[in-house]
Amino acid sequence: MVMKRLLLGAAALALSTGMAHAQYSDGKVKIGVLTDLSGTYSDLAGKGTIVAAQMAIDDFGGKLNGQTIELISADHQNKADIASGIARKWYDTEQVDVIAELVTTAAAIAVREVSKEKGKVDLVSGAASTPLTNDKCSATGFHWTYDTYAMAVGTGDAVVKSGGKTWFFLTADYAFGHNLQAQTERVVKANGGTVKGAVKHPFPNSDFSSFLLQAQASGAQIIGLANAGADTINAIKQAKEFGITQAGQSLAGLLVFITDVHSLGLENAQGMMLTTGFYWDMDDQTRAWSKRWSEKMGGGKMPSMVHAGTYSQVLHYLKSTAAAKTDEGIKVADEMRKLPIADFFAKNGKIRADGRMVHDMYLAQVKKPSESKGPWDYYKIVRTIPGDEAYQPLAESTCPLVKK
Amino acid sequence: MTLSPSVPSRQKPFILALIGLGLVLPFAVYPVFLMKGLCFGLFAAAFNLLLGYVGLLSFGHAMFFGWSAYLTAYAAKEWGLTPEIAILLGVALATVLGAVVGWLAIRRQGIYFAMITLALAQLGFFVAVQAPMTHGEDGIQGVPRGHLFGLFDLSDTMTMYYFVLAVFVASLLFLHRVVNSPFGQVLKAIRDNEPRAVSLGYEVGRYKLIAFVLSSAFAGLAGSLKSLVFQLASLADVSWHMSGEVVLMTLLGGVGTVLGPMVGAFLVVAIQDFFAGIGSWVIIIQGVIFVVCVLLFRSGMIGVLAPWLKRRGITG
Repeated sequence: MVMKRLLLGAAALALSTGMAHAQYSDGKVKIGVLTDLSGTYSDLAGKGTIVAAQMAIDDFGGKLNGQTIELISADHQNKADIASGIARKWYDTEQVDVIAELVTTAAAIAVREVSKEKGKVDLVSGAASTPLTNDKCSATGFHWTYDTYAMAVGTGDAVVKSGGKTWFFLTADYAFGHNLQAQTERVVKANGGTVKGAVKHPFPNSDFSSFLLQAQASGAQIIGLANAGADTINAIKQAKEFGITQAGQSLAGLLVFITDVHSLGLENAQGMMLTTGFYWDMDDQTRAWSKRWSEKMGGGKMPSMVHAGTYSQVLHYLKSTAAAKTDEGIKVADEMRKLPIADFFAKNGKIRADGRMVHDMYLAQVKKPSESKGPWDYYKIVRTIPGDEAYQPLAESTCPLVKK
Repeated sequence: MTLSPSVPSRQKPFILALIGLGLVLPFAVYPVFLMKGLCFGLFAAAFNLLLGYVGLLSFGHAMFFGWSAYLTAYAAKEWGLTPEIAILLGVALATVLGAVVGWLAIRRQGIYFAMITLALAQLGFFVAVQAPMTHGEDGIQGVPRGHLFGLFDLSDTMTMYYFVLAVFVASLLFLHRVVNSPFGQVLKAIRDNEPRAVSLGYEVGRYKLIAFVLSSAFAGLAGSLKSLVFQLASLADVSWHMSGEVVLMTLLGGVGTVLGPMVGAFLVVAIQDFFAGIGSWVIIIQGVIFVVCVLLFRSGMIGVLAPWLKRRGITG
């Protein structure tokens, strides 16, 4: 017992001296990119986000406080326990100051909990669900690229207004799918549409036949796909094979990335409405960045919004760290809220109290094969959705940090 | 095989040395890694009680591990209970589940026993996917570690480590005592020749059931501890991968030895930790190691070392 107390005392002493008021802990800034490097989301996030984060570091100058900014990365395999374990290890033993990207909501929430406990900044780009800026919000956590609310506002609204009044949902059976379906239902009903039913499919899934038959039998005009990645691709391909789309029912992909459109091909995806936070072919700045990214990736690819968002969040973090002259999580987070975000990704971005980075979103329609002029020329931008309209109003947020 | 019910005196220095190592190791090695190893070591030791000493291969131990983790996490987070009560609740749940599953499964042997446990564990998994209390894919996150007995603040990593170590050592000594007791002798007799045990007048079914319940209770204890260490209970804990992983740990370390499962657990955890950067390739590496192990040293690490250790009189 005495021995234990002594040991504990020694440990506590070691800790307290180690954290003595240095403005930069261990003198340097280290960024961790935690993403899916091998699974369903490795195409829309994955290696491309590590490249994007490195580009942000390079564009910032590569150094902060006279020290080289370091980057490490790992694969969380879309699992909460692996993500939580890596995050804890990074913070405890690798002197990581910030963790970025974080596709998959479960993994993002796991890292959010660890970051909150350790007082470190986490930057979410790839994950979609709104709890990240509601009950799971934190003073040092940020949600950057998009969320299910914005997707529903963009796509749901556009589809109902173009005449798709009756809906049937095909929903991935996990928290994200339920969240996306609920958000979209809300928008559909608010616009005078009706929901005829919904069916949940396992995640991930490859055979959608029985679910599609239920959707067909419902007679709804629109089959809303509240899923993502390979699930969405499989559902769209199989709906075509079943003749559902030819028979007059339309599909609405509620979360579609450009990488999904690329896998589907324009033949399968044409005419689909989708919401995105970024499209590479918007203006000179986006084209220039995307070209650089593509070259670093070995060519033949264009970035998704998750890739661009990761660049934007890492760059903003570095700018804020430099402005705050410290890498202490809470102080950097305060600075991040103060500084406006102006880069090729978010032209007029700002961060709210709940950690939501509010920026303009775009409603896009997938081009017909005849309209596409070259590789990756996939979208027509139909409408710019102002950030304040796209994202959940702050007054509705259940985040305890929002003063009411 | 020694019939001595208590720890033989020759083993005592060795055990004390191991405990001493456990006390100083966190100053050299990342404590969270050690805690993970201890939790899985306990899980594997519980599993080994069944596989190594009764010869029953359960493919459903994740159910006890995972559901205890869920209940402990839920009790600590939603009901605000102290960690020791939360852990006891988790163990109680595993005991009850173990009694039900065991009662059903011990009626069959070999592959049928394994399949029944797997089927029931899958049932448990899908309940976890659907039940609102588990939060599906997200799991129960941000579980507070709380104050042990209202006194020790477990949010301090070192305090948590020594708590886990204490529970681990006590559990392993208990399991060691069980397998070296007359009860343990009967279990081994059942393993080696069940009809003979029946003909000697033992109620084999009852012995098997008690062993199964004990094993599931300790698997539950390991799950409960893990949920407090990582402050997280997730679907990974109840999935069949976890049931498979504990088989791997036990076989790698050496089935039917007291030290084997612990060594195997640390080995697997170390592999996962060391190769975390390469993602799901870890599973392939684990597979290769498993194949090599089965081909070259079928009795596991400790199984191979056992004759050497025995010459020095430090394993039973």
